Amino acid sequence: MTLVLVETDATGAIEVSRETLTFVRELAQPVSALVVGEVPDGLADQLGAYGVVSLLHAQGTAFTTYAPAAWAAAVVAAKSASGAAVVTAAGTPRGNEVMAHVACRLDVAMAANVVTIDGTDPLLVSRQVLGGSALEELRLDDAPAVLSVAGHACVAKPADSPVSTKVDTIDVQVSDDDLRAQVARTEAGEPDESGALKTARVVVGAGRGAGSVDGFKDLVELADLLGGALGVSRVVTSLGWRPHHEQVGQTGSRISPDLYIPCGISGAIQHWVGCSSAKTILAINSDPDAPMVTKAHYAVIGDLHKIVPAINEELRRRRRA
Amino acid sequence: MTDVLVCIKRVPDTGGEITLTQDAMSIDTRYVGHTVSPHEECAVELAIQTAKATDGAATVLSLGSADSLEQIRDALAVGCTGAVLIDAEAEKFGPADVARAIAEVVHAHEQEGRTYDLVLLGNDAADTGDFQVGIRLAYALDRPVVAGVSTIEVVGDRVVARADGADGTDIFEVELPAVLTVMEGGIEPRYPSIPGRMKAKRVTVETVTPTGEPAGSGRVRLKLPPTQPSQVEILGEGPEAAAAVVDLLERLGVSR
Repeated sequence: MTLVLVETDATGAIEVSRETLTFVRELAQPVSALVVGEVPDGLADQLGAYGVVSLLHAQGTAFTTYAPAAWAAAVVAAKSASGAAVVTAAGTPRGNEVMAHVACRLDVAMAANVVTIDGTDPLLVSRQVLGGSALEELRLDDAPAVLSVAGHACVAKPADSPVSTKVDTIDVQVSDDDLRAQVARTEAGEPDESGALKTARVVVGAGRGAGSVDGFKDLVELADLLGGALGVSRVVTSLGWRPHHEQVGQTGSRISPDLYIPCGISGAIQHWVGCSSAKTILAINSDPDAPMVTKAHYAVIGDLHKIVPAINEELRRRRRA
Repeated sequence: MTDVLVCIKRVPDTGGEITLTQDAMSIDTRYVGHTVSPHEECAVELAIQTAKATDGAATVLSLGSADSLEQIRDALAVGCTGAVLIDAEAEKFGPADVARAIAEVVHAHEQEGRTYDLVLLGNDAADTGDFQVGIRLAYALDRPVVAGVSTIEVVGDRVVARADGADGTDIFEVELPAVLTVMEGGIEPRYPSIPGRMKAKRVTVETVTPTGEPAGSGRVRLKLPPTQPSQVEILGEGPEAAAAVVDLLERLGVSR
């Protein structure tokens, strides 16, 4: 049995959790899912479509707000209830945090951000290291094997044949110590505005090469001219130049537009995993050896602040003509 | 008077191309510089700010060879006032080994009458990306832990920590002593001044050796993603390429 800690929102299992459910099919074991807190409507059916035979549900006052150690207690209880030999979660901040707690409580190793299963006896995995620019082949000898699955390690896909999912509530012993670190309150963030980015036919990308918070005007204009959306690399959001919902990559949105135009983006692997599904990539970059340029279908070499306004002008000129 | 211990790791500064050693067990670092991760730069900054705000102290710790003194001195130069080097071959230490070695130092200092109210680490190391040393340390010390915090404030006997959550900013209020792992983004790390660098040179770094043998990480080997031969068609250089770009946009049917 494989146990997957499934994170949910109002619509059901979140995409990276569905990716994890897809990923663990490689282990060729029946899959149990654990959901902590409220179960969204229709979740059992959704999980059934992903081949999950058993949904374990942990509920109670300890789970009213997020407490990582209490969640780990729930995972350990679900592991015992299901007899799972492999315990997983999606490599989200929460997934990695809870899996690390679980590994401590079970006194076993933990492999973060696994991208492939390379062998099952003994369990051999490859995981992202160096921010995804290299992989580490790791042997997981401990029982159970505890690991998180890197975001976008595979595409979420329902199982070939759906199963009926048995739903059970599990008892979780949560100690006072487990609640020493618990969310006291949550300040509402920006609403999810990444929808337009994920569905746009054309995405104009912007990276460090934009240069400053004021360096996006021409890029936004190009996106507008093409009826597309702006997507940015992690450094741009880290520097506070643009909001997080515009981020493309491992910790942002995964996009698959007809055309992606990354401007001033070097193309670190974390970004690449979010944009590699684009049908065509046109890179604009001053460095002809940048990974984004060498991986692109087309490229223009030079300063984006000169090239992008020229493209905008040419587009306007042809429209007038 | 918050006594803060901040743990950092010397890692290769792999902005450019990565090459592996012959045995593929590590990165060939002969031609690369070294740094600490942005998460840890922020952890150091939070340690210094917390120490200043509470009239406390910030001590920096690193596990590695004497080469790690370079990163320790950097942290001293921006305002840490004490330093510990756990002299060890970092490559042989898995995340559980590192946590145990740090716990030994914390316990040893407790024996000497010094309790760290806060231990800060980066959320994950820039090289091994294990996402667990801070949490393992918290279990070894039997302390509460929050991962991925961006800002912190000590209020009385508690620390208020903010972390990006699924639905906004999660705010934790945790009793001290506690362990926190820091995610970049909440704070701008400062740069060292020349007087800071001079001061850093005069600080005595306590060097300790971990007890016992490390269990290791279970690494079999490292590998680099396969590089595809470049198929890129260069449309041109500079703004003169605009017409070729718009031709392409028209061919792809996305120009309007």
